[in-house]
Amino acid sequence: MLAFKLAFKNLVGAGLRTWLNVSVLSFAFVVIVFYNGMLDGWNRQGRSDTKAWETGNGQYWHPLYDRYDPFSLQDAHAVVTGEAAKLTKENQITPILITQATAYPQGRMLNVMLKGIDPNQKILMIPSGSLKAQNGEIPALIGKRMAESTHLQKGDHVLVRWRDVNGTFDAREILITEIFSSNVPTIDVSQIYVPLSSLQEMTGMKDEATFLVANGTLNNTEIKGWTFKDSKFLLKDFDEMIDTKKGGSRIIYLLLLSIALLAIFDTQVLSIFRRQKEIGTYIALGMTRSRVIRLFTVEGSMHSILALILGSLYGIPLMLLINKYGIPMPKSADQAGIAISEKIIPFYSLGMLVSTVLLVVISATIVSYFPTRRISKMKPTDALKGKIQ
Amino acid sequence: MQNSEIIKIENLTKRYHMGENDFTALRNINLTFSKGEFTGLVGPSGSGKTTLLNIIGSLDNPTEGNAIVLGNSVSELTHKQSAVLRNYHIGFIFQTYNLLSVYTVFDNVEFALLLQKHTVAERQKMVMEALDWVGLADKAQSKPAQLSGGECQRVSIARAMVKRPEIVLADEPSANLDAANSHHIIQTMKKLNRELNTTFIFATHDEKVMQYLDRIIHLKDGRIEKDLIMPDSKTESHVSL
Ligand SMILES: Nc1ncnc2c1ncn2[C@@H]1O[C@H](COP(=O)(O)OP(=O)(O)OP(=O)(O)O)[C@@H](O)[C@H]1O
Ligand SMILES: [Mg+2]
Repeated sequence: MLAFKLAFKNLVGAGLRTWLNVSVLSFAFVVIVFYNGMLDGWNRQGRSDTKAWETGNGQYWHPLYDRYDPFSLQDAHAVVTGEAAKLTKENQITPILITQATAYPQGRMLNVMLKGIDPNQKILMIPSGSLKAQNGEIPALIGKRMAESTHLQKGDHVLVRWRDVNGTFDAREILITEIFSSNVPTIDVSQIYVPLSSLQEMTGMKDEATFLVANGTLNNTEIKGWTFKDSKFLLKDFDEMIDTKKGGSRIIYLLLLSIALLAIFDTQVLSIFRRQKEIGTYIALGMTRSRVIRLFTVEGSMHSILALILGSLYGIPLMLLINKYGIPMPKSADQAGIAISEKIIPFYSLGMLVSTVLLVVISATIVSYFPTRRISKMKPTDALKGKIQ
Repeated sequence: MQNSEIIKIENLTKRYHMGENDFTALRNINLTFSKGEFTGLVGPSGSGKTTLLNIIGSLDNPTEGNAIVLGNSVSELTHKQSAVLRNYHIGFIFQTYNLLSVYTVFDNVEFALLLQKHTVAERQKMVMEALDWVGLADKAQSKPAQLSGGECQRVSIARAMVKRPEIVLADEPSANLDAANSHHIIQTMKKLNRELNTTFIFATHDEKVMQYLDRIIHLKDGRIEKDLIMPDSKTESHVSL
């Protein structure tokens, strides 16, 4: 306690230099919190969007389905029977059937995925309700990214060509009945949604599905003939992307932190050199050298406490402001194919805050301690003369 | 009590390594100091005065021989024990005051007490009493930079005396002061020496200081040249301020 009181007085007494160090360190602290908060906010938002639009609360895959291999679709389909049929009826799962197809919007040719989805499903946010059959035409739903790249509009017809279950080509015009907007590019780009029953009929895969999307009430229940994939698996790409981003930002803020720590280290070296007489006086007054070391270490490490206070003073209002308006994200991030909203609201978890505070305090303490070891080699008489080189 | 021996120096030699050869700063010193002495170590520059004070204050160790301070053999004390000895029993007064500039006068005087076990109220009382002794109670909240040299040295006397040590070691306490201030601080110390029976040992060249000493030990080239008792030293009453 004594060390804290003395250290505080010494530090504040040192004036400008202290505040310079403290400012730099507080800046590093705020940047670390902000970066992490932004990524965590993105992570939470992206995960919940991806779950709501694409992955649900897990999926039951046909054993041959591989989301990275479109050719697996030829064989990855099976009739939804028994338990699966029962759960579908109860709206606990919703079947999705996928077929590779070619679309010809405005005379161009485009490889797409035709996805059959139940118009009455409530598990995914995809507005499948707008897939209403209209005088014999097949209604279709696309996302805004798909609409932009193909210049397709609501009410347009587009020719699609696909292979049925026997490998025979067939083609038909479908009618775009709705364009939806989602933060999740992976359910949008190059995809056309049609009613499940229509696709089953077009492909000759009656009652079949590629995978089944589960809702929240279904907790890892096994369904015979289907392989359960949990959210962790389904969101792996997204998590990896966030981790990569975290790695990148870590370099930036560790650099910033290092600069701040270097300044503290430098101040410590200098103050131990310049304050020899003071050190000698402490010893003459009855402090042991280890106690003097503690005093100087606490003093250096106190920079971090002041930095936390200063950082909170300007950081908290700043972050509240940012959280009110969100951070606008560039379009380019969207094109990378990862879920991202137009604005990210940073999220500051207690764990992240605590570990950042610990990182700052502990690293400041370590760099403060190293220079003080010199004190243990000082002879008190030399220190009092103040002429150790 | 008056004449009990509190410091005993036996065959003390102090050598410093100076590159190839050693330099002998103190040679075979034998001395005893009694409780309540007001003694000066006098001698030319380099004669070993500071070296001897430092050894008595257990800031340094003898090369040979022994210094026994309040029953403790200085060379056998651990770091911690010698820190305790200084903290409770020895006060230091330096030529350059060595006040801690970021602390107030009060904090400076309080410092040694913080290392001991006292309540806030006890410390407050002891510090204000010590500041009263040196006539600086009204400057308790000043910073050293706002004080004159004489006032600074009085603060450092209060700092040395606040814990009521048995021994005060003062190395050239008047060297940076003018005549009036020198008289003032030495009289203050003499008064405390009489009232609290504290042993004072000075290192000094200052004639003004010497007038007040009860005993003068002349050092030369690290040896004791003379050890004189001064029967008619001045007391604080001889001079008006
Ligand atoms: N750390 C040291 N290393 C080497 N020599 C030293 C050291 N400290 C003191 N000396 C030498 O020991 C001798 C005695 O020094 P000391 O400081 O005790 O003298 P002093 O009597 O206090 O002198 P002054 O009146 O100038 O203060 C000097 O010649 C000095 O050069
Ligand atoms: Mg000297």
